Amino acid sequence: MDWRRFAIIALIIVVMFGTVVLIGTSQNSPLVIITSMMATTIAVATPLTLGALSGIYCERAGVVNIGIEGMMLGAAFFGWLAAIYMNTIFHYPAMPSLIVGVIAAIITGGLFALLHAVLSITFKVDQIIGGTVINILAAGITGFLNRQLFFGAGSVFHGQIPNAPGVLPTIHIPLLADIPTVGRIFEQQPIAISAILLVIITHFVLFRTRWGLRTRAVGEHPRAADTVGINVIRMRYMNVIIGGFLAGLGGAYFTLEAISSFEANMTNGRGFIALAAMIFGNWTPFGAWTAALVFGAAQALQINLQFFRELIPPQLAVLQNSYVVGLAPYLLTMLILTGIIGKTIPPAADGKVYEK
Amino acid sequence: MQSTADKGFIRRLGQLLNPLLVPFLAIVTAVILGGIIIKVVGGDPIAAYKGLVQGAFGSPSALSETAVWSTPYIFAGLAVALGFKGGLFNIGAEGQIAFGAVAAALIGYALPGWLHTSIPPYIHIPLAVGAGILAGAIWGGIPGALKAYTGGHEVINTIMMNYIALNITSYLLNGPMRDPNPLNLSARTPEIAVSARIPPIFDIPGMRVHWGFVLALLMAVVVWWLLWKTTLGFEIRTVGANPDAAKYAGINVKWIITLTMALSGALAGLAGAIEVTALNYRHELGFSTGYGFDAIAIALLGKNNPYGIILAAILFGAMRNGATRMQFLTQIPIDIISVIQALILLFVAADAIIRFIYRIRAREERVVLTRGWGG
Repeated sequence: MDWRRFAIIALIIVVMFGTVVLIGTSQNSPLVIITSMMATTIAVATPLTLGALSGIYCERAGVVNIGIEGMMLGAAFFGWLAAIYMNTIFHYPAMPSLIVGVIAAIITGGLFALLHAVLSITFKVDQIIGGTVINILAAGITGFLNRQLFFGAGSVFHGQIPNAPGVLPTIHIPLLADIPTVGRIFEQQPIAISAILLVIITHFVLFRTRWGLRTRAVGEHPRAADTVGINVIRMRYMNVIIGGFLAGLGGAYFTLEAISSFEANMTNGRGFIALAAMIFGNWTPFGAWTAALVFGAAQALQINLQFFRELIPPQLAVLQNSYVVGLAPYLLTMLILTGIIGKTIPPAADGKVYEK
Repeated sequence: MQSTADKGFIRRLGQLLNPLLVPFLAIVTAVILGGIIIKVVGGDPIAAYKGLVQGAFGSPSALSETAVWSTPYIFAGLAVALGFKGGLFNIGAEGQIAFGAVAAALIGYALPGWLHTSIPPYIHIPLAVGAGILAGAIWGGIPGALKAYTGGHEVINTIMMNYIALNITSYLLNGPMRDPNPLNLSARTPEIAVSARIPPIFDIPGMRVHWGFVLALLMAVVVWWLLWKTTLGFEIRTVGANPDAAKYAGINVKWIITLTMALSGALAGLAGAIEVTALNYRHELGFSTGYGFDAIAIALLGKNNPYGIILAAILFGAMRNGATRMQFLTQIPIDIISVIQALILLFVAADAIIRFIYRIRAREERVVLTRGWGG
């Protein structure tokens, strides 16, 4: 990431944090506010980070995936459903139920990804159309089952939403979380922590392993890769499915980590914002993570402004309106895509069907 | 003699029906799969589909409602198809419809007050509808211009514009444009003036089908004419097929991209304006939810052909309309329709699956619909 983009990102974050510090300063010390905002930023950036990593695996192998939104939505629903079944129907305690839920979410993401792979690699469907099919299918299936299972004829739960097993517990990282005040940043839930670990792992896999080299070869110049004996179709399938697993974990964040319920279309465009993060991060794990944190900060800004609502001075009354402040992540996404903050280059064979 | 004439007729009929074969089989397959899903979750698929057909076509008023449902689908389907013809994927119809509706509602209820006079319908209706078209055009044109001049991909930008539209309309309908009636509990505008209302076709209670439906059919002809009979249409199609070639041919590619998205947005805005001026007489928050994705399915099912889109839109309208009766009779949630529509889209997009299942030989005609991040 060149210095100009880094400076602009730093500026955006400083402005967002600074606004909240200035408004909240009469109630809390700046350090407390900044710490709490950073903790929120990292937490809410989780699905964006995982979605962006999902996109990186797919697109580094040459498959455009705009179905991440649908994969996350489907995973959020089926993970939640699995946890509820474990907890309410089979009477397992909360913790094992939640773990089964996370696994179910990851598998759901993988299955949607398999469908995307079959469509775009085997049947050579236009990849953006294929992704749209995934998005529409996921919205339809989750909306239908959500109503049918809980309220429909022969509903398992007889018209009431059962008690969910709660959310994944916060992990207390020894030493780091013991630091006074600032330690709050390191008190995160498991999916948020795994997302950060997965950024590091993905970087290592992509740039330090044979698998990564082959993946990038398939995405940059599939014919050359094929010539030296790499199975292009297989590499693409595997990477799209790995991407699906990551999107699935990102989906689990919504219903098993952030809150313990499901709403129709609750991913709210995060899958698409994740793609913008991937593009802005130039298809690199750390770049995408940085971009995801910027979006996370925009959301943390919104949450904190709601919190300090009463303290907002009348000249800035517009900031009291959650609809107006809620525009920030979306406007930021569009701004980033203009390339004003630096152009990025996709993998050369991204989105192109490979014909032998 | 007789037999050769017969063969010629059959062959010509075959040629005419051949493009309809794959979409037809896609619908059949999706309906069968939908039936299996209904069965699996414990419903009765035959009863459900019977209710669906009855609700959609069972009576004159059912037919009228099907036409009412189809109207915005025709406009929005045309909007998406126009984008596809220009190589642009407009996923933002939902936001464009919402903005068109807000603008039409504003002119519809507030203009007489601003002018301190009543306005005759032949002026008020065009103004309200025109405002909707303009709002949609702006909302579609912005991502178009961003695509043309900065390279920001229209797929993500139109979706972001959907969320921005949702935020802004939520703000307007809960704030400055909220219906001040003390009995009102929802986020909606006041009713538009009588002079801004497009009348129903029949003066019979319960028959809501309005002149907007006729306008939608006419608009399909207009879009066909624009695309195939005008220079602008030729330029749009050339840019869609091959932007580099278009550039060498002297076409202002950036301007055409912006204009295509603006026209696409205008059609979607028209959908919203007609819903307000001819049907609901106000804008209520969230009424356009899901229309954007339905419109994509309709455009693809109709193979981006304006007349194909009319058929696809009527099918989708019939399903949405019939679903209410289906839910009433069998307690199967309306949402099953979304699943069936997604399956239709799946099989239309991946027609290779349909060709594989039914052993139909492929006719090679690959169409470039969209481009990746690079192009």
